[in-house]
Amino acid sequence: MSINIFKINEELREFIPQEVIDLEEKATWGNPKRGVMDLPYAKELLEEHSLCAGCPESMAFRYILASLPNPEDTIIVNSTGCTSLVFPHIALHTVHSLFGNQNAVASGIKRTLEWRFPDKVKDVIVLAGDGATVDIGLDCTLQSFFRQEKITTICFDNEVYANTGGQESGTTVQGHVFKMAPKGKQWPKVPMWQLAIDSGCHYVVRMSVSSPKKVEQVVKKAIYVAREVGPTYLHFYTPCILEIGLNSDDALMEMRDKDKERFKFFEYVSPQAEEVIAKKKEEGLL
Amino acid sequence: MATLGPSHYSPYPVAVYENILPPPPGKALLFTEVVDEEVAMREAAKAMLTRENPTIFPGPQVIYAWNEEAKEKAKLIRELAEVLEAKIIPMVDYRPKYPKIDPEKEINPNHPNLTIWHNNIKACIFVGVHCHYANVALKIIRAETDCFTIALCSNAGHEDAMITLRDQHADELRKFIDIAKEVKKEVK
Repeated sequence: MSINIFKINEELREFIPQEVIDLEEKATWGNPKRGVMDLPYAKELLEEHSLCAGCPESMAFRYILASLPNPEDTIIVNSTGCTSLVFPHIALHTVHSLFGNQNAVASGIKRTLEWRFPDKVKDVIVLAGDGATVDIGLDCTLQSFFRQEKITTICFDNEVYANTGGQESGTTVQGHVFKMAPKGKQWPKVPMWQLAIDSGCHYVVRMSVSSPKKVEQVVKKAIYVAREVGPTYLHFYTPCILEIGLNSDDALMEMRDKDKERFKFFEYVSPQAEEVIAKKKEEGLL
Repeated sequence: MATLGPSHYSPYPVAVYENILPPPPGKALLFTEVVDEEVAMREAAKAMLTRENPTIFPGPQVIYAWNEEAKEKAKLIRELAEVLEAKIIPMVDYRPKYPKIDPEKEINPNHPNLTIWHNNIKACIFVGVHCHYANVALKIIRAETDCFTIALCSNAGHEDAMITLRDQHADELRKFIDIAKEVKKEVK
């Protein structure tokens, strides 16, 4: 994609609304040091979203999009779920794949881009919910790790199938009751971050999105490692406030509470990934 | 739930259901009739020069300088607007903008009728709008307003516009400007 696609033709500039001109003039394209601190000023990737008020997924979206080091050459592959409602609002190339196929689709895109643009850095990121990543798409997810595909997989774990009314998912905690799981879940939560490590991911993180700076750090690390070494996996807790009965302003506290429990920050870095991260720190990019 | 409308699931009339098809290459569509390009250009210019508040709606393909042709087309659109004494209201992107749209300054394909009603536009030209959104917008305008729509399309044309000119690139735009100048002398 050419960055020129966002440059306004001079002949027509005087007719363009100021907010669109602002998008061009204040954009952070082409600056790998862009980050969550730009969020109050730069909104070229996401302005409005279509999720519920106070939804942690919307926070995660903003932090992730603000942290992409190379947004002009990034493709996001997504899957069915609440997240897919936001993608039409995002000014990036996004691909909506069939439910669960997202890592297979991303693998194909990454390989094709490497072949088609050998001299350019193109990042491919999978953004999907826990149903797509851990249940329906577990096969495709793990196979892409086995094949050492150079893609970053980000799972938004809300521990339930939220937008279909509250069915239990693989990542639902044992005993949790939802509208469509009245008896409570009978089996433990799938430790997807551990499966990712065992399946060959080089950088794995489990955390909530309560801390924007931390999200920025791990997203950047995951993308840089995926570029040079192999698959990386980020598991973010983004609770569904509606399904667990919280108000719009309760989400942050819910995540902070879980930061001390089952979503305590966990990071795995392979030796090869460590080298890449050290190199990027030296370059001042982390 | 989708409402069963005059054209199956579409709540709006749809030209293809009235047996109106895009014109063949080299030709243009004037209402339901396939005509020569010059004839359609002449009628388009006449509509723009004689109806109230003529407006050109440039879409993202010409608003943004993403290739040399887009830059060239932007210059020509500016020139065309001067010849036709038309306003320019851009369609900068396709995101639905409820309820924030400023109909005086922009048009959105998901509710183009708001801009047309607000500005009392009786003739308009669509240029540089991607096919799928031009199709949506032209159907809505056709059903909801009395605006005379003209599509300058770089591909196969839009049967829902009252005049469709297909395969329109920089050379064809220049030709349209020349014809518009001639028509202007005749009608003014």
